[in-house]
Amino acid sequence: MRKLVVAASLFFLLFYSLPLLASAVDAEQQRITLSLATEPPSLDSALATDQISSFLLAHLMEGLVQYGPDGNLVPGIARRWEVREDGATFWLREGATWSDGKPVTAEQFVYAWRRALDPATASQYAFILFPVKNAEAVNRGDSSPEQLGVRAANPYKLEVSFDKPCPYFAKLTAFMTFYPARQDVVERWGRAYAADADKMIFNGPFLLKRWVHGARLTLEKNPRYWNQAAIKLQEIDLPYITSDPSTHYNLYKDNRIALSPLDSSTLSDALARGYETHLFDFGTLFFLEFNHRDDRATRNLALRRAIQSVLNPSLLVYKVLGLPGIKPAYSLFPSSMRAGEGVFSEQYPPPRIDYDIEQAQRYLAQAKQELGTIPPLTLLVGDSPRAVNEAEFYQYVLKQSLGLETRLDQQTFKQRISKMRRGEFDIAAAGWGPDFDDPITFGDLFASWNENNRGRFIHAGYDAAVRQAQQSLDPEVRLQAFDRMQHIISDEVVIIPTYENVGLYVQHPRLAGVRRSIFGGDPNFRYAWVEP
Amino acid sequence: MLRYVLKRIAYGALTIWFIATATFFAMHAVPGDPFNSAKAATPQLRENLRARYGLDKPVSEQYVLYLKNMLRGDFGISFTQENRRVNDIIREHFPVSAILGVVALLIATAGGIAGGAVAAYWHNRLPDRLLMMAVVLAISIPSFVIAALAQLFIVQANDLAGRSLLPVAGWGTLSHLWIPALVLGLGTMAYLARLMRSSMLDVMNTDYILTARAKGLGTWQIFWRHQLRNALLPVVTELGPTIAAITTGGFVVELIFAIPGLGRYFVQAVQQLDYTVIMGTTVFYGAFLVTIVVIVDLLYGVIDPRIRLHGGQR
Repeated sequence: MRKLVVAASLFFLLFYSLPLLASAVDAEQQRITLSLATEPPSLDSALATDQISSFLLAHLMEGLVQYGPDGNLVPGIARRWEVREDGATFWLREGATWSDGKPVTAEQFVYAWRRALDPATASQYAFILFPVKNAEAVNRGDSSPEQLGVRAANPYKLEVSFDKPCPYFAKLTAFMTFYPARQDVVERWGRAYAADADKMIFNGPFLLKRWVHGARLTLEKNPRYWNQAAIKLQEIDLPYITSDPSTHYNLYKDNRIALSPLDSSTLSDALARGYETHLFDFGTLFFLEFNHRDDRATRNLALRRAIQSVLNPSLLVYKVLGLPGIKPAYSLFPSSMRAGEGVFSEQYPPPRIDYDIEQAQRYLAQAKQELGTIPPLTLLVGDSPRAVNEAEFYQYVLKQSLGLETRLDQQTFKQRISKMRRGEFDIAAAGWGPDFDDPITFGDLFASWNENNRGRFIHAGYDAAVRQAQQSLDPEVRLQAFDRMQHIISDEVVIIPTYENVGLYVQHPRLAGVRRSIFGGDPNFRYAWVEP
Repeated sequence: MLRYVLKRIAYGALTIWFIATATFFAMHAVPGDPFNSAKAATPQLRENLRARYGLDKPVSEQYVLYLKNMLRGDFGISFTQENRRVNDIIREHFPVSAILGVVALLIATAGGIAGGAVAAYWHNRLPDRLLMMAVVLAISIPSFVIAALAQLFIVQANDLAGRSLLPVAGWGTLSHLWIPALVLGLGTMAYLARLMRSSMLDVMNTDYILTARAKGLGTWQIFWRHQLRNALLPVVTELGPTIAAITTGGFVVELIFAIPGLGRYFVQAVQQLDYTVIMGTTVFYGAFLVTIVVIVDLLYGVIDPRIRLHGGQR
């Protein structure tokens, strides 16, 4: 028995080392600890597509321009730029260097853009470079990369030419696919490029000091960053990676991390504890997308109008979802979308929709006349608890007010997208997050040529409005084109906007200067510091 | 004996081939493909991606290629972790799952044997009743509930102590290991405790215990020397399948405690239709299970001399 006790205590001593855990923030070291929802799928800026990679790359890299603390474009590697009808010119600052001390030059942008468009790279965001002359042909493999409309006039002057005017081009260049790349580093590592911390190179405010896959990433201030004097944080440590939301919140409560998202279950606890909660507008739109293909009942406008007149987004948001911050949506353009000199929805408010059951029934009668019978409609939805709640609401409303039968088709994300692409639905619950800070990122979704137009809505007037907004350099003409789009969306009931998603989170009270915005990597700690 | 071993190994290889083939075809039968993302791919991009991952070839050709690569121990490159090799993913993350699993197993075995013995010693009295109640709870409450409660408990305990007694989540030091391993091993511990208890009770009624009592040995000595040791045998034979289950079944625990194990990658890969990772991890886990089962079968003969592996001799 005594032997057993000795063995047990030895075992205990051996394994129980007192944890030396860093706390959430450290003012003296200007060091913060955070968590991640997933491992970054790719830190190769040509291949990255997701939020996590975008967040990390925004701290490790710097493009031609960047978003400043107030959300406006500010100089990045380019100290000034000019966008014309036929192209754009960027004047690069001299003295910007990579983390190994070599200068950042125009040639490295040319190389990165060609690489992203190379069919062999198979970049999913290649399309974002399409405003550049010949980009589509290069991506198809029809033109050699050398034909791409971008060249280094000298090491510090980048000349871009367009096929068509692109008034929002400067905003695009803040996006990660436009970041520069070093040919020598890319070629040295081949397919393993950017797969580990030592297989990549940085020109942004931070360096990736450590990357233990699935477990931990550590960012350290880059002393060679051109604007390093403006960076106050010395280290951002990310030692926790999990997609379980309550783990993040528990870590926050234990003072291990400085920022944690909240969901409906953790929100009430945060409020009970008196934590200050924050809201962050993702600018993401959720909507019901109709299938406009010929063989579908939803092809019928009267039927779509009947459905539009009974589905009131505010009922869904306030009675069903009941989550603070989530806003009902009435337009294709989220209410916070900026355009021209301010917020778009303030200049051009969303079209009015009357939620009127009698009117809806008249539309339905018309639809029945035109279609004969209306078969049960297939409602394609996601598999999250929220998606199921939502779907049951739609099902109930359509049955109660219109007597329409619906069949729920619940699918995981990939399968839902796949079914939408093949047109196997009548109504699908969909969502869209913006890529850059211009309404066109939503507007061109329903252009007849857009692959994301999975309901196959085809409308000459809409296409014309999209072209105008894409190409006009006159801000007022563009705004009017966007307004026409939101009216067509509503009149033709292309989609029914339902809600805008808003993120709730808690943040350490001593952490200041964090910028939350969907654009330019979120959350953004470039201008953050820890107060003593 | 040698023939038996060779036969077992051959059957094991056949099983692994069957797992690989079934996974390959099941995966290709699932609707959707790994390239569906929120942003639609142009037909061109789809083609570029398919070419990059070799999906543009006919399925039969892909299958042959995949078997060939598998024989060389190469599982290809992940679809979602775009620059990482599946071999690297397994190599880096399986050890984490394995360490967690082994510690969980140690805790489960020690706790199960002790608990079962205690329950049998005080058969039908208060300790027995309490323990068996705990056993029913541990078996019936799903591990994600237990894991979440355990984490909440750590947060509260740290809060009360005013310092970090134990880390809430993460990986790296030994102190990160305790609670996740305990949670992971809890179900097994409960199962082993039940097994141990009934095995102890069986032994209690045998003649040699009566003999020992008649010789005048003390209760404690009978319990320790005769009862406990003999009761262990059935428990030991159960350990084989348990080892495999525990080192591969930590997905929920890995998720909640933010532990970079292979289980998490496996489940995420299925959700994201990451073909190469699904194939790689399934075949790896399959091979691992088969190996353990073969080893355990061979060990039976070593543990219990009554089990003869060659047989057929009269």
